[in-house]
Amino acid sequence: MSENSLIKIKINNKDFEVDKNLTVMQACEIAGEEIPRFCYHDKLSIAGNCRMCLVEIEKAPKLVSSCTMPLMEGMSIITNSEKVNAGRKGVMEFLLINHPLDCPICDQGGECDLQDQAMYYGFDKSRYSENKRAVENKNMGPLVNTIMTRCIHCTRCVRFATEVAGVPELGMLGRGENAEITTYLENSITSELSGNVIDLCPVGALTSKPYQFKARPWELKRTDSIDIFDSVGSNIRIDSRAEEILRVTPRTNEDINEEWISDKVRFNYDGYYQQRIDTPYIRKNQKLENSNWDESLKILISKLKNSKPLALIGELVDVETGYAVKKFMSNFGDNNVECRTDNQFIHESLNSFRFNTPINKIEDADLILLIGANPKIETPIINHKIFKAFNNGSEIFNIGEDILLNYDTKYLGKHLEALNNEKFVKSIKKSKNPLIIVGSALLNSIRNINTFKSIVSFSQKYKVITETKNNLNFLNPFSSRVGQLFIGNTSQEYCEPFTKLSNQNFDTVLSFGSEKIVDSSFDNCFKVYFGHHGDEGAMKSDIVLPTPLFTEKNGIFLNIEGRPQEAKKCHNPIGGSKEEWAIIKKMSEELLFEFKPNTFDQLRQELSGEYPQLFEFNEIIQENSSLPVAENMLFEECRITYPFENFYMSDIISKNSVTMAKCVNEIMTKPLLEKSA
Amino acid sequence: MDRKREEEVQRMLNIKDKIFQNLHGFDEPFLEGALKRGSWSNTKEILSKDQNDVIEMVKSSQLRGRGGAGFSTGLKWSFMPKNTGKQHYLVVNADESEPGTCKDREIIRNDPHTLIEGCLIASYAIQATKCYIYIRGEYHFEYIQLEKAIAEAYEKGLLGKNACGSNFDFDLYVHRGAGAYICGEETALLESLEGKKGQPRLKPPFPAGVGLYGMPTTINNVESIAVVPTILRRGSDWFKKIGTENNTGTKVFCISGNVNKPCTIEEEMGIPLQELIEKHCEGVEGGWDNLKAIIPGGSSTPMLPKTVCETVKMNFDDLKAYGSGLGTAGVIVVNKYNDISEVIERFAHFYKHESCGQCTPCREGTGWMFRMMQKLVKGEISPEQIELLENVTKQVEGHTICALGDAAAWPIQGLIKNFKSELIEKYNKRNLKAS
Repeated sequence: MSENSLIKIKINNKDFEVDKNLTVMQACEIAGEEIPRFCYHDKLSIAGNCRMCLVEIEKAPKLVSSCTMPLMEGMSIITNSEKVNAGRKGVMEFLLINHPLDCPICDQGGECDLQDQAMYYGFDKSRYSENKRAVENKNMGPLVNTIMTRCIHCTRCVRFATEVAGVPELGMLGRGENAEITTYLENSITSELSGNVIDLCPVGALTSKPYQFKARPWELKRTDSIDIFDSVGSNIRIDSRAEEILRVTPRTNEDINEEWISDKVRFNYDGYYQQRIDTPYIRKNQKLENSNWDESLKILISKLKNSKPLALIGELVDVETGYAVKKFMSNFGDNNVECRTDNQFIHESLNSFRFNTPINKIEDADLILLIGANPKIETPIINHKIFKAFNNGSEIFNIGEDILLNYDTKYLGKHLEALNNEKFVKSIKKSKNPLIIVGSALLNSIRNINTFKSIVSFSQKYKVITETKNNLNFLNPFSSRVGQLFIGNTSQEYCEPFTKLSNQNFDTVLSFGSEKIVDSSFDNCFKVYFGHHGDEGAMKSDIVLPTPLFTEKNGIFLNIEGRPQEAKKCHNPIGGSKEEWAIIKKMSEELLFEFKPNTFDQLRQELSGEYPQLFEFNEIIQENSSLPVAENMLFEECRITYPFENFYMSDIISKNSVTMAKCVNEIMTKPLLEKSA
Repeated sequence: MDRKREEEVQRMLNIKDKIFQNLHGFDEPFLEGALKRGSWSNTKEILSKDQNDVIEMVKSSQLRGRGGAGFSTGLKWSFMPKNTGKQHYLVVNADESEPGTCKDREIIRNDPHTLIEGCLIASYAIQATKCYIYIRGEYHFEYIQLEKAIAEAYEKGLLGKNACGSNFDFDLYVHRGAGAYICGEETALLESLEGKKGQPRLKPPFPAGVGLYGMPTTINNVESIAVVPTILRRGSDWFKKIGTENNTGTKVFCISGNVNKPCTIEEEMGIPLQELIEKHCEGVEGGWDNLKAIIPGGSSTPMLPKTVCETVKMNFDDLKAYGSGLGTAGVIVVNKYNDISEVIERFAHFYKHESCGQCTPCREGTGWMFRMMQKLVKGEISPEQIELLENVTKQVEGHTICALGDAAAWPIQGLIKNFKSELIEKYNKRNLKAS
């Protein structure tokens, strides 16, 4: 902040020097004066319609709404006068006259802005003796419950849908007293971020459908955790009561998710408790039968002796588990752990498989090229950032399928050849801060390292990669991937690692939450599944061992940027599950392998000795090595297949969630991938 | 009103000083008649003046905006940024929806060329090459008249490229509203013009900085714009001579309600209210003594009791001193045959119906006030509740985004201020009957 951008103002007769670009409300906030508000939200445009934030400004004849008022030199603001209080009390009374007094049965009760502020500005007795207004509830889909009589018309939800989610589907119909918030023709909101309107709603008009009448906020235990259902690692807060998770809400992290989370992590928690593997199972006579840990481990250990096992790492696995697996598998030889079960291409260094641009810098790009990436479905938070860039005037180009996104894209074609498209080259030459996102749809189909090198060369040619920045990004949707690759849980191959590995005559396959165990190349192998949900992978295995969910143990995840974050334990594991490292410890003892850590903390200590960066939470791991460049830019023809097309059922937990199933039925009426004519 | 009668009442304002010579539609409204009346006579000459000179001239004429607020028109124009390189816009507010007001209708219907020429000159002054006239949807006939007049002007080269041979390119468009009172509020009008829902914008930024499509915009009332050519033609001194200091010029008054001959008439600014009614409307129904109250400037202004009506002059400052306002100069006369609270109840219903619903005090307050007014008409409201009603109007007033909240509150405040004892009496009488 330069000196000349500061101006002198007075707030309640005290002098302050603040940035001149702030509003009166922001200045008061800095001065420690709390201003009540409903419609104002710092991530949304200013509406100024609730009129709760009235303040007095010297020389102004009327009270002014502080959220809309820019600062001026020498302004004298009064926030605590009789006049201000009377104005706010008047507004509060108006808000309450048509607001039902149903706080005892309202889900928002206890965390309601209106309730809190009414404690201060409300009258103890109503002066309103007319009939109250009643409004019919609107359908907003399977996630958002509406009790529209409670609505105070702050329009936060409308602005959110338009400005953040990028789906202008909410709006206010009618005028005056008859104004009603509704979706277009009462359709479901089609955004992947729609659940955030629940947090934004300052009253109980929009509440969570699955959480309806489940709990009161003061009964809940709050655990700070992270979203592992996509690779962004949004910060979440898990609210649980006893051994049950009742709600997931976002935690603010300006570097990653700001204040938003995707609908998947917000609502799929009912899937945590469906189809859980509760005890070990062993296949006897072609049938999986209940067993116990002693028996199942005995069989497993006897199988592992003198065998050549392969370990597969799934999509929801934390770094500690991966590390324990890696240590364990090193006793059997090299090249026998693989997390790239989708054949993702990587080069050697961290910057060949992560999102190199910090997530909060995406919006600064003035040109974005998507190659085989569908951010809307794979990582809605990143999609929101691209939407922000789009709103800032950025051009978005797309190579791959002509996917349907919530902003305009210029479609270049199916093949990488389109990089030489004249119009595109012209645009990228002009661009000052171009950004390329290479999605897993392309990475998974690269068969020739030269293709990768060519993309790098192309990026260097057009200043996507310069000495000071690297805007060539690799996007994969899985939360475990960057962490597992970082600790080296993969084979040495660049291209098609899984296909090559699976042909190597392993006789035992250990799957840590990976469904790829059902691959036909393992048909003759002895299959062991470590996981929490019984799906196809568990069904086809010979031994199934229960392990805890990410909410039932602590675990580190590296997000797509290479930012370590910790998912914390909310409650004890369900059923007889044991943490993976403990199972490995037991097996190592029996097999006489070296596995020193006796506790989880000791395991972490060992891990931190090897990878200290993993424990600097919330700091992006630095990596400056250069990527390989091609001598001749040659683009092979890649078969672009997106990893999944169904946002709501992309992983094993979501597949088991009833709420997500409802979303598929009610929201995905039109195909998300739609070719334009 | 026939011509003979009109000449009779010319004692106050000389017919030669009338700007709208054809306000009553006796003559040809279109180009032929307009040319006879002097419109377009030396437009090229006016457009050859410096833009600042035009603004200065309007400023020095002390013309105050005729839309209701009475803000100096010249000053408003001078707020427009100069030489920004951006597209500037002039928007003419012809969304005349204020109950009791029909002056712009008469101007557009019978003398549209005054407006069109005014648009050209005003646009030239503020460096706008495009002008929109936002006309009320219900004014269908006026819309047709206006479009016809504009087509004529285009045909004769008075508008369009090189308008009037002045090397100034100018385009004029007419946009029809869909019949919402709130779209007469200038920023809501801009929203509506842009194709959005008509809801007032937040100020600041003011339209002069960020207006239509985000560009510098001036919004003026029809009458303010239509008087401009005559001012420039006859000089600001001529205009200033009519009326009093700071309340200059002529004004079109629309008198309705309990008068013998309701009419729309152009008069000198500052004519005594009683004289206006006696001369032009042949008095109040049942005689002056039968007068109950007069609402002087459209439904939004507080009413004046009979005693005040006898002395007050119809100009901005005098009416303000009496706690009311000139507003749009839509005079509504109420005599003793009518229940004054019923009149105000009807207004309250109007404001409840027309509130846009954007901000809290107006959305919730107008409904509350209307429901209490309904009870008040029936005499169901106790003196304490009358105080509550007054308190509610105070809670609405001054706390809203636009002036509709104030407009809804003022008539009720005026009623309670002037006729409180009557309202209490009504309550007592009803209670007596009940017991």
